[in-house]
Amino acid sequence: MDLKPVDLIVDKYQEKRTALISILHDVQDRYRYLPDEALKMVASRLHMDINQIYGVATFYKSFSLVPKGKHSITLCLGTACHVRGGPKIIRELKGLLHIEPGQTTVDRQFSLNVVNCLGVCAIGPVMMVDRKFYGEMNPIRAIRIIEKLNNKRSGVRP
Amino acid sequence: MRRVKSVEDLEKWKNDILAKQKRHEMIVSVCGGTGCQAYGCQKVKAAFQKELTQKGMRERVTLKVTGCPGFCEKGPLVTIYPQNIFYQKVKPEDIPEIISETIKNGRKVEHLLFEDPSAHRKITSANDIPFYRSQMRLLLSRNDLIDPTHIEDYVAVGGYQSLAKALFQMKPTEIIEEIKTSGLRGRGGAGYPTGKKWENCRKAPGETKYIICNCDEGDPGAFMDRALMEGNPHSVLEGMGIGAYAIGANNGFIYVRHEYPLAHKNAEIAIQQARKAGLLGKDILGSGFNFDVEIAKGGGAFVCGESTALIASIEGRVGEPRSKQIHTVEQGLWGKPTNLNNVETWANVPLIINRGSQWFSSIGTEKSKGTKIFSLVGKVKNTGLVEVPMGITLKEIIFDIGGGQQDGKRIKAVQTGGPSGGCIPASLFDLTVDFESLTQVGSMMGSGGMIVMDEGTCMVDVAKYFVHFLQEESCGKCLPCREGLKRMGEILDSITEGKGDKESLTLLEELAEVVADTSLCGLGKTAPNPVLSALRYFRGEFEDHIYRKKCPAAVCTPLIQYSISEADCTGCGACSKVCPTKAIEGERKQSHHILLELCSKCGSCIDVCKASAVMVQ
Repeated sequence: MDLKPVDLIVDKYQEKRTALISILHDVQDRYRYLPDEALKMVASRLHMDINQIYGVATFYKSFSLVPKGKHSITLCLGTACHVRGGPKIIRELKGLLHIEPGQTTVDRQFSLNVVNCLGVCAIGPVMMVDRKFYGEMNPIRAIRIIEKLNNKRSGVRP
Repeated sequence: MRRVKSVEDLEKWKNDILAKQKRHEMIVSVCGGTGCQAYGCQKVKAAFQKELTQKGMRERVTLKVTGCPGFCEKGPLVTIYPQNIFYQKVKPEDIPEIISETIKNGRKVEHLLFEDPSAHRKITSANDIPFYRSQMRLLLSRNDLIDPTHIEDYVAVGGYQSLAKALFQMKPTEIIEEIKTSGLRGRGGAGYPTGKKWENCRKAPGETKYIICNCDEGDPGAFMDRALMEGNPHSVLEGMGIGAYAIGANNGFIYVRHEYPLAHKNAEIAIQQARKAGLLGKDILGSGFNFDVEIAKGGGAFVCGESTALIASIEGRVGEPRSKQIHTVEQGLWGKPTNLNNVETWANVPLIINRGSQWFSSIGTEKSKGTKIFSLVGKVKNTGLVEVPMGITLKEIIFDIGGGQQDGKRIKAVQTGGPSGGCIPASLFDLTVDFESLTQVGSMMGSGGMIVMDEGTCMVDVAKYFVHFLQEESCGKCLPCREGLKRMGEILDSITEGKGDKESLTLLEELAEVVADTSLCGLGKTAPNPVLSALRYFRGEFEDHIYRKKCPAAVCTPLIQYSISEADCTGCGACSKVCPTKAIEGERKQSHHILLELCSKCGSCIDVCKASAVMVQ
């Protein structure tokens, strides 16, 4: 694994321990998860115990120690999205992708996440697909968005 | 960018910017908040850019992407100044018409104006729309005038003048006195008097002190701080500068949650620009005062909104809270005295310094002063951010500003205070909104989430939702919160599955009491509030689930069943088209029926049925 990017990320934050969470975010953005080797490198560069790094990486929900899929599907289940039917959407998405929130499909195409609030409450239920926000979601619209992404990949017309 | 070295420099800069702005006849301001982005405001902006350039009008018209004016539901929003014409739900294909009609000829584009739903008349200016009319927008009012990525826009509306006033005309103790007499209380939840907190931090022994801006807005259903940080980050920085000077701190942190990428980006840009302009860094405005700000990023942990957990997180550690026998104003970040306020609190500071504590304390109630921003969301017609004077009633917010019920279902409650708050029933909607009265009825102000619930919302499900939310977010350090919430969740699960019995509610209440009394930090201490308030006002719904095995709101799936009324079904086939599990059968123009073993109870069919033939029991 090429660990040069990790080096550059730690340089960017001037080896500051206080920047640990930001560093881990950048590493995750680069590799789509936190690879073991990368964490070891961060630990040695920051002169920290690897256990401390694991502690932080597993405490905060944004981090993943397993590779994420190509497309990230994040469904908001904040209170506003909840009362407007968010749970119905997640039920359908779980059925469609055959995974639980926090997991990635076997073909590494989709990762499904739920978050507590994306702060776009006025137009809930809200779904974020590859950093793009979609408002006023319902089960059928959510399914269509994912099917469209899937079809693009294989080139098969629905 | 200009570097200002004195108050005179700042004044001159402001005048130069204003003179430059006058050369443009018109301003087109496009909302660039996250809500409008979801509706495609970037394409709207790009279309304006293209059209204006093609027509050679870039010199005459300023195009601005601004922060959130609050009416997210009607996005993308576009306002044309100086005429103050408010266009809603604007699409890229509307842009040529806006340019040829409004910008060239001063005529309004009728179909983009807001229509008053009761009077069916078109409204031109935002101020006349019922949603905005009853608001008092002190903090949010500048959001639609400012491009948050241009410090010049903030300076032009008088930005950083309060910092100049504080540095040159006031002693630190005078600033603290001013904030104390203003009656400003923390907008993050608990409502602790801001001036008193500053005073305690100033008096705490130690050379090095820190201030922190809490932008970890974790309460689900709340986005006031996001809108302020995205839309007007300099107002927060200015407030922090004033606070740092009053407290005697030279370093500040803004802790931004990971879920707010745009807030993070705009805060970063604002800090860099303020540094370049000499409004952050060494010898600010030639006063000899040094102050700089860094951004720390969250990692998706709700508990990090709690001050000691947030501090642990900035230090790069696991975000576990500690006991607060020693307050953070004495020992906070790296053991140094630390003053932490949330975004909205900091944003209020420049206003108070500029217009005076007397003016500020004239707004609001006896113990709650100023305005408060709420995120009015859920089952209400007009959703978005509303800024209102303290002391307004819930009824005014939900019905006058919010426009009342959304789709024919009666509003029955409003949830305030996030997972630490509670549900207030419609019978108490005459209640005034201030720190004390919301606590009295078993909820709290919290950071400002206001989630409206109607007959289609199951209160047992809402209680269960919050308990599971907090159980997930409990850091696990103390037992009552970690285990107690888990057990409470299990009891609520069993009730919503129709397995509750007569012991369930007694046990739930007993557990709630123990968790509240014995948890370490605020998260656990307040965690039972949503359950207790639901039991207090909606006990009947719990009993329906337990004894009748029914969910009156038709939400709890184990207790409901969908069916199609043969008599009403027109056989249009809309339901079978949207059914994700292909559970609906029927010939075209013949009555359809649902295969119960396939039905996932998602409710898609009920949403599309024009004949109201889908029934849920």
